[in-house]
Amino acid sequence: MISGADVVDLSRLQFALTALYHFLFVPLTLGLSILLAIMETIYVMTGRDIWRQMVKYWGILFGINFVLGVATGLTMEFQFGTNWAYYSHYVGDVFGAPLAIEGLMAFFLEATFVGMFFFGWNKVSPFQHLCCTWLLALGTNLSALWILIANGWMQNPVGAKFNYQTMRMEVDSFFDILFNPVGQAKFVHTISAGYVTGAVFVLAVSAYFLLRGRNQEFAKRSMTVAVSFGLASALSVVVLGDESGYVANSNQKMKIAAIEAMWHTEKAPAGLTLFGIPNEKTKKTDYAIQIPFALGLIATRSFNEPLSGIEELIKEGKGKIREGILAYDALNRLRHDPTDVEAKADFEQFNQSLGYGLLLKKYTGNITEATEKQINLAANDLKPHVLPLFFSFRIMVACGFFFIFLFATGFYLSVKHQLHAHRWYLRLAFLALPLPWVASELGWIVAEYGRQPWVVQGILPTFMGVSSVSPAQVLTSIIGFVVFYSVLAVIEVYLMVKYIRLGPENC
Amino acid sequence: MPLDYETLRVIWWVLLGVLLIGFAIMDGFDFGVLMWLPWLGKTDMERRILINSIGPTWEGNQVWFVLGGGAIFAAWPALYALSFSGFYLAMLIILLALIVRPVGIKYRSKLSNPAWRSSWDFALFISGFVPPLLFGVAIGNVLQGVPFHFDSFLRPFYTGTFLELLNPFALLCGVLSVIMLAMHGAFFLNLKMTDSLQKRAIKAARVSACAVIVLFALGGVWIFYGIDGYQLNSVLPHDGPSNPLQKLVIQEIGAWFFNYHLMPVTRLLPVMGLASALLALFTARWASLAFFSSALCVFGIIGTVGVSMFPFILPSSSHPEQSLLVWDSSSSQLTLFIMLIATVVFLPIILAYTAWVYRVLRGKVTLETVKNNQDVAY
Repeated sequence: MISGADVVDLSRLQFALTALYHFLFVPLTLGLSILLAIMETIYVMTGRDIWRQMVKYWGILFGINFVLGVATGLTMEFQFGTNWAYYSHYVGDVFGAPLAIEGLMAFFLEATFVGMFFFGWNKVSPFQHLCCTWLLALGTNLSALWILIANGWMQNPVGAKFNYQTMRMEVDSFFDILFNPVGQAKFVHTISAGYVTGAVFVLAVSAYFLLRGRNQEFAKRSMTVAVSFGLASALSVVVLGDESGYVANSNQKMKIAAIEAMWHTEKAPAGLTLFGIPNEKTKKTDYAIQIPFALGLIATRSFNEPLSGIEELIKEGKGKIREGILAYDALNRLRHDPTDVEAKADFEQFNQSLGYGLLLKKYTGNITEATEKQINLAANDLKPHVLPLFFSFRIMVACGFFFIFLFATGFYLSVKHQLHAHRWYLRLAFLALPLPWVASELGWIVAEYGRQPWVVQGILPTFMGVSSVSPAQVLTSIIGFVVFYSVLAVIEVYLMVKYIRLGPENC
Repeated sequence: MPLDYETLRVIWWVLLGVLLIGFAIMDGFDFGVLMWLPWLGKTDMERRILINSIGPTWEGNQVWFVLGGGAIFAAWPALYALSFSGFYLAMLIILLALIVRPVGIKYRSKLSNPAWRSSWDFALFISGFVPPLLFGVAIGNVLQGVPFHFDSFLRPFYTGTFLELLNPFALLCGVLSVIMLAMHGAFFLNLKMTDSLQKRAIKAARVSACAVIVLFALGGVWIFYGIDGYQLNSVLPHDGPSNPLQKLVIQEIGAWFFNYHLMPVTRLLPVMGLASALLALFTARWASLAFFSSALCVFGIIGTVGVSMFPFILPSSSHPEQSLLVWDSSSSQLTLFIMLIATVVFLPIILAYTAWVYRVLRGKVTLETVKNNQDVAY
């Protein structure tokens, strides 16, 4: 048995807190960097000074946000090592590479050119400065690409195999890791969500100016850019979010089943539960409102492929756990005697299920002699908590559709040159400000909480991944981060509000 | 694969050094400048000038640290897992200090309230002082070996405590690290400042260069007479699987000097560390040359540590036979190769655009610089 369940819970809590906090800043960086580049392109093309002022002003707000994204990103880069040492050893051969390439390809680019963006105005030609801004935007977007390739591998661990000599996963095909469909779908979904965040931010702040009757020309132009860019991005988020749901269904059936509170396999094509209250005890969804056929079509893109329910997936899991026990046994024999041909053959046959065997470590030190009861317990762990996933997902999707409405309306008003004339729209746009953050954070909760009990799907259970540190140490670092991050949040919001109030003319 | 496992491992050992030295040279002067901030900058405007000397570029420099972390993760996963979880609290403190730094630089001058600014100045000093200190302390512990072992599933266990890290030799390394980067920062300021700020910087640089020479020499003597080095005591194939449980290791005084006998050319590194500090000391009038010498000094000192220990990366004091070696703690051959390609492609590009940015932003930072860039200056 693995001691220190506290360490597991605390480490997960810390990771969740620091990652969610980090992602308060990332989407705005992603979106605003592209919006800045677009605005500056218009400036360079038209030579009209108001566009330069727009780049400068939104750039100041970008900078206040960017710096916290960078600062809190440091924690993420090193937290795998500090708190997830066994994870780092077990999959570092695969997972480390995209992280390092992210540094080489993306971080240097964005961090170097962000300096030029702010300090280069009088030092280089407008066209050179524009190139710097685009390189900054490219850098931030590429960093999203590599981190999502890394995360995509945790969701769908392709292109790697277990090496019994080194007791870890090793790269088998880098090409597969790079072009992992889950990673690619997540990348496009995530950057689109970032673009929506940037667009809502610009829209809401501009709406605030118009509601106050100030900075008319500035705000109207900003809004026009925001609604056009936002509409394209919001459509892309929803369409590609659907794509990632479809892709996820091939290897994370349990996640889909939990999101949809599908307790039992339904006849194809399964219905989509719009709303309801999942009841974990009775394994039913109370007050369910269903659209027939819809989910089956979304998730399988076919009329006759059934979708697995939670109960059936647990049953399937038991079989895999039994195979995992055989894999574990073969691995032990191999480690005793690497020349054991029979053990090697057994391991080759069952090593795909080794991770399922490891699930038993929570209940017994001696996996090969696990009892039926222990196997049942481990199999039941395969089910994540349904309720939070069910609601997180629905709120996220509702936000997504709301953004399409918001931007489509704005786009229509903008074409009619009516953007400033409808106060209800300006108020709505202003009130929408927090929603992209709500949607992004819930999206990550669905993606990561929905993957439990795995840190790497089917390969390594989360509880195995932690470091051999004491609960007191992790508690100390959690307190440190919470205190620090809270202070920083207060300061950043204060400065953000101050500079928004000051407006473009006073900055 | 066109490169064999042994060669790739050596290349990645060298690249590990390149990244650490790159970090120390490029981000080192940022730390140094922040350490001098409250002492050299007497007025608010002087402090702003100091901060703006690193304002546009410190962010890019910091990526050397992030890349170092990523590359250790990718190329030496066991080292990544062990060192960061083992030095848990030290790492936490370093992270918090490094989080303060960007925020402090960016936010300090956004409000004119003196209490706000002096609080940030103090925070920035801490963020410049504490990471070099703890990095140095960590290196000092690595040279002595740290208590760790693996279980049969290669789960790493670190059995030391935070306070044990703060032993006398490690503290010496910590102080050396702080003063080395303080020197480097001061030589950078010599390059970027004018008038009285420059004069103060030169004085600071000279004092620290002298201290670096003394402390580095002292560290060498201490290792020669008082620190057990480690030596491989069994046959270990250089292209075998990365499993650190298949060798024997002995501890021996003076073992960290064996490489200098085996390969006398490596003696150039410690000599360079001392000689370039001396050179910097006497060339302060030619600011670029002095700064370049100071960078060479950093290179020489860190290179000395690496070469002394080769092929050891992280020796275990409690279970020497489980120490991490270049030959048994790397990533797989394929990962090392892929990472090498990525590095060969991107590192020159990075160096090229970094050089371009430094060229564009070259020249002195003065009162006028800050005033003329009122909207963006820190």
